[in-house]
Amino acid sequence: MARELWKGNEAVAEAAVRAGLQAYFGYPITPQTELLEYLSWRMPELGRPFVQAESELGAINMVYGAACTGVRVMTSSSSPGISLMLEGMSYIAGTEVPMVLVDVMRGGPGLGNIAPAQADYNQIVHGGGHGDYYPIVLAPASVQESIDLTVLAFDLAEKYRSIGVVLTDGSLGQMMEPAEMPAMKPLKQVYPNWATTGEPGRERRLLSSINLNPPEQEKTNIRLALRWQQVQANEVRFKGYYLDDARFVVVGFGSSGRVALSAVRTARAEGIPVGLLRPITVKPFPEQVLDELSKQVDGMLVVEMNAGQMLEDVRLATRSRIPVEFYGRMGGVVPLPDEVLTEIHTLVHGPRTTQGHPRDRWLARLARNN
Amino acid sequence: MPLKGRIEVNEAYCKGCELCVPACPQDVIRLASEHLTAKGYHPAELFAEGCTGCAVCAVVCPEAAITVYRENTKARVAV
Amino acid sequence: MAIPSIENEQMVYQRPESFTDVSTHYCPGCTHGVAHRLVAEVIDEMGLRERTIGVASVGCSVFAYNYFDCDFVQSPHGRAPAMATGIKRVLPDRVVFTYQGDGDLASIGMGEITHAAARGENITVIFINNANYGMTGGQMAPTTLPGMKTTTSPNGRDVEVQGYPIRVSELLSTLEGASYIVRRSLHDPKNIRQAKKAIRMAFEVQMRGLGFSMVELLSSCPTNWGLTPQEALQFVEEKMVSFYPLNDFKVHPAIAQIKI
Repeated sequence: MARELWKGNEAVAEAAVRAGLQAYFGYPITPQTELLEYLSWRMPELGRPFVQAESELGAINMVYGAACTGVRVMTSSSSPGISLMLEGMSYIAGTEVPMVLVDVMRGGPGLGNIAPAQADYNQIVHGGGHGDYYPIVLAPASVQESIDLTVLAFDLAEKYRSIGVVLTDGSLGQMMEPAEMPAMKPLKQVYPNWATTGEPGRERRLLSSINLNPPEQEKTNIRLALRWQQVQANEVRFKGYYLDDARFVVVGFGSSGRVALSAVRTARAEGIPVGLLRPITVKPFPEQVLDELSKQVDGMLVVEMNAGQMLEDVRLATRSRIPVEFYGRMGGVVPLPDEVLTEIHTLVHGPRTTQGHPRDRWLARLARNN
Repeated sequence: MPLKGRIEVNEAYCKGCELCVPACPQDVIRLASEHLTAKGYHPAELFAEGCTGCAVCAVVCPEAAITVYRENTKARVAV
Repeated sequence: MAIPSIENEQMVYQRPESFTDVSTHYCPGCTHGVAHRLVAEVIDEMGLRERTIGVASVGCSVFAYNYFDCDFVQSPHGRAPAMATGIKRVLPDRVVFTYQGDGDLASIGMGEITHAAARGENITVIFINNANYGMTGGQMAPTTLPGMKTTTSPNGRDVEVQGYPIRVSELLSTLEGASYIVRRSLHDPKNIRQAKKAIRMAFEVQMRGLGFSMVELLSSCPTNWGLTPQEALQFVEEKMVSFYPLNDFKVHPAIAQIKI
């Protein structure tokens, strides 16, 4: 397949189609509406169902219904819309039917704005809805990665009867980059033995998240927990840059990881032994590699477009062995490489401490600079 | 002469709600006052002759507990 | 008393096959049971059992999936029409129906039902209207009558502060996408028979791809109304039918061709 210019949102849409998407139910919300609009002609072109629902509530429940039939199904939204979908996500997780969700994050909380942010991290990696479950969360940092991870999301969701999330933001959704699409996958022919498809010649099937008897509910919860252990053992993905001889590591996912990479390259050119760890799966979180890195380096800098959410997972993984500093921009502001470079200098030239909380020191620096 | 009918009330389902009692046009159904189902309900029962197998009781029964039988008209005509 | 068998007897009515061999959890005399039985009879008569997928909602009928012998899914509160949409769009040749109470459909689910009807989704909705939230103990519902006492309108529904009830069938019948919207009642044998005909017609509408069908069934709630089952049916007849008239509110012209 040749490389073409693709807009992020549309690339994700087409990638899903190529991955065998059988039904899409969505709702407009900036900055992901292009995904819905693209599929509004692409799905009918292929004879596959497309519905613009009455709201995100409608969309996620349509997804729930379709997922119960075993088809590959997806929806997409942005932060406030994702909040509306959380009920449905909990039900889908409790029923153990697979689906793919694309969250194109924007500034918040509340209505916020339509500019890029990463402030849904806590919401999404902790499940989002009520109850004990985790989705598998993939965080691309380019249009090509958005394509590849969308395809992967469907495979992982099916493999683990789980929710697969493609976690991007407004800038990734809107940007145009050259990328290569995978070949069109044929639609599924064989359906799982739990699917409620209304077929003759077999016992009836029931799909429900109800377990009125607490010990029965606990069995479901144990099954989900054990399955999550499998996901943690097998599906962690990350990218490391310049880590072999690094004395300092910057940690960032998605767009902030990409911005940080530019800063890291500049710092390297200045002779600073700094590397970048970019999680691809933010859930399961790459705890092990961070744990190992914390034994090798003198300090880490977490860069995010929020008030320090993945920061806490990094602190947990590194167990207070080393100083962990934080730099964040919020509310739809995207950090520039120069800002991150300044933070790298601050980290490298010290002083550093494992006392106190990096968020406090960051807020103090923000106050000084403004 | 009206057809003869008969009902069987399945005690596994009957909850003694009594809707069949006033519904019966022949007034031949009542709750068994001496008898309890496994769940502690007084089930419905025929207590007199006169059932015509009209099945109105079955129409109102919320539990689908009633099976209705009726004399086969063809057999009667043949006699 | 032992009633002797009749010579040459034939069985004229028995529990429908699609009604599972399970004793329901509904209160004695609750017309949910009648509605279930009618739907099961229709599924049997039309031979649809193995191609039907039901969508259970949240309310007293949350366990409806235990009582019908067909594939079933369970929706969150109010979302059944959306789940049904998802299923029917991917499996258009299956029969998809929702079974919802008035709390589920007319309160939290108002958005989903309105838009499923507006889009003309080819599904069938069985709507049980008993003028209160039954499962949670009898609170006021959007269908509670003016002056009617519930646990959250203890002095009777005061329209000044609690508003007027919603007539869902009338409301949905204004939508072009709705094809068959009727209201029937379950309060006596004659009305139950007419309700069954309507349910049958609703499923026929779906089978023929004629669009969205809904049968609203005026129902009783003896336990929360504090009445005996028979008194509760009388309440439906005397008080509910006048407020919620029994009628055909929307009948797509093509439906006139259907002979059952």
